[in-house]
Amino acid sequence: MSNTIHMSYEVPANDFTRAGEASSSLKSSLKKMGVNPEIVRKVAIAMYEGEINMVIHATGGKIDVVISPEEIEMVLKDQGPGIADIELAMQAGYSTAPDNIRNLGFGAGMGLPNMKKYSDEFNIESTVGVGTTVTMKVKM
Amino acid sequence: MNIEDIRSILGAKYIVGEEWKEREVHTACGSDMMSDVLAFMKDQSVLMTGLCNLQVIRTCEMMDIICVVFVRGKLPDEAMIEMAKEKEIALLSTGHRMFAACGMLYEKGLRGGPDYK
Repeated sequence: MSNTIHMSYEVPANDFTRAGEASSSLKSSLKKMGVNPEIVRKVAIAMYEGEINMVIHATGGKIDVVISPEEIEMVLKDQGPGIADIELAMQAGYSTAPDNIRNLGFGAGMGLPNMKKYSDEFNIESTVGVGTTVTMKVKM
Repeated sequence: MNIEDIRSILGAKYIVGEEWKEREVHTACGSDMMSDVLAFMKDQSVLMTGLCNLQVIRTCEMMDIICVVFVRGKLPDEAMIEMAKEKEIALLSTGHRMFAACGMLYEKGLRGGPDYK
């Protein structure tokens, strides 16, 4: 058997106060495993931004994490509205978040750019009306 | 500069974390947008913000930010206080507005880290 650990998190819909619980839980687990603090921080920030996106734009979703000696892989999957123009969505500052989300401190159009910035590999696949899957890998 | 220096410069009060007042602060940022805060990875930093909700504490947790100063006299609620205690994040409140609070710390030598790339 390969030396990998799988973790799975449900992100609840429309519950902004609970957004971040999955990232917080993963962060504590990685710290306990003795993973380098800088890597832990990159993973936590990337996943937290994704989690917030799932709450703001979709109706929650599911996050699967695979931790191996080489890397940490996070797969964030939602059944939200999907993204029509991924290139546009990736531009820093571009956001479709409503004003009430901006008042809560998010929707600056930095979520996806930050997720890409903090991961070593970043992939996003989206179909309008079906959902979005973001895969991020951070090397150990 | 440590947390107590920040409290003193800003005439702020402790909401949480007076016991961590000797902890060193290396950099600072001031923003009400949490994704802007999340764009800069820093070490042992202080966040100045006028935003007052649970995601401020979550953001600090992810970033390993050790101290939050709420400007314009804002005060965190019980849920924020509890989370801050659990995550060992000091919470301060000052009556100064954002621009003045940042300027006062800058004047005393605190800096914001590298520009966004």
